[in-house]
Amino acid sequence: MSANPMPRDEWPLWEIFIRSRRGLDHKHVGSLHAADAQMALENARDVYTRRLEGVSIWVVPASAITASNPDDKDAFYDPAEDKVYRHPTFYHVPDEVENL
Amino acid sequence: MATPTSTDARIVALLRLADDALILGHRLSEWCGHGPILEQDIALTNHALDLIGRARALYTYAGELEGAGHDEDWFAYRRDAIHFHNALLVEQPNGDFAQTIARQFFYDRYAQLYYHALTESPDERLAAIAAKSLKEIDYHVRFSSEWVIRLGDGTDESKTRMQRGIDELWRYTGELFAMDELDRAAIERGFAVDAAPLHDAWNTAVDAVLAEATLTRPEDGWMADGGRAGRHTEHLGFILADLQFLQRAYPDATW
Repeated sequence: MSANPMPRDEWPLWEIFIRSRRGLDHKHVGSLHAADAQMALENARDVYTRRLEGVSIWVVPASAITASNPDDKDAFYDPAEDKVYRHPTFYHVPDEVENL
Repeated sequence: MATPTSTDARIVALLRLADDALILGHRLSEWCGHGPILEQDIALTNHALDLIGRARALYTYAGELEGAGHDEDWFAYRRDAIHFHNALLVEQPNGDFAQTIARQFFYDRYAQLYYHALTESPDERLAAIAAKSLKEIDYHVRFSSEWVIRLGDGTDESKTRMQRGIDELWRYTGELFAMDELDRAAIERGFAVDAAPLHDAWNTAVDAVLAEATLTRPEDGWMADGGRAGRHTEHLGFILADLQFLQRAYPDATW
C-alpha cells in the first residue's frame, strides 16, 4: 500500500472474510487493525474464530476495496426491477440440494 | 488447611505441568482490558484460556489418581505457594508487552518440545491431554515467536524493550530443563519425559528466532531454580492472594 503509508499512531484496517465450512463461500465478518497481512490473519484467528466459526480466513486491506456509491442506487439497481425473467423461479429445487 | 505435598511422582509430575499452565494463564489474564490494542488483548486472553483449560484437565486427573477427593478447584485455590510446583519463569511479572512476549516465547518453545514428547506417554489419558494441548501450543509458538521478531526487528524502542525482556528472563530458562529424583521416578511410570535432552532443540529454535529478530542471545550464566520444589520468588504469593481470595474468604462459595 505504497499510496497509503502506514500512519504512525494506528495500524491499517483490514476486512476479514471467513468460510465457515468446506463448500461454502467466504463471508464478510468484520474488520480489524494489523500492521501487515500476516498479523491480520493471526488477529482474525483470535478475534473471529474463537467459537469454531471458520475453516478458512481471507484478509483484505480495507483500502483495497472500492465500494459503490449509495447515490448511484437508482441508476445501478432500479433497471433490474422489471426483469423478473432473470430470476430462476421456474425451476424446482430438489430438497436434497443443500446450501443454495 | 494443611496441604501435604504428594510423594507420588505421577501426581507431582502432573502438578508441575498444571501449575505452569495455571500460573502462566493467570499472568496472561492480567492483560485482559490492558492489551496494547484490542486484537492483542483478545489474543492474550485466548491464550490464557487455553492454558487454564489445560491446567483444569491435568488437575482433575491428578485428583483422580490421588483419590483424596481433591478436584481442580481444590488444587488451584487451596494450596499455598510452597505447594505449587510451577517453574519460576511463569510467575514472573508481565512487565511491558515485550517482557510478556519474552516469557511466553521461552515457555512456548519449551512446552512444544515437552508436550510433543509427552504424546508418546504409555498413559493414554496423559497422552491425549498432551495431544490436545499441543495443537494450542503450536499456535502459541507461532504467535510469540512472530512477536519476538516484530519487536526485535522493529523500531529502536521496540528492539530495546524486547532485548531487555529476553535478558531479564533468561536466568529462569535453565529450570525448565532441570531434572530431579521425582522427575526420574515419573519418567519410569510414563508421567514425565526427560527434559534435559530437549534443551539442545530449544536452544536451536530460540537462537534461530533471536537471530531473525536481530537480538543478542544472552550468555548462559547463573540460572535460578527452586520453583519445582516449592521455593518461589516473591511474585507467586501475590498471584495467589489475587487468585485465591474468594475461596479463602468464602470457602466453598459457588455461583
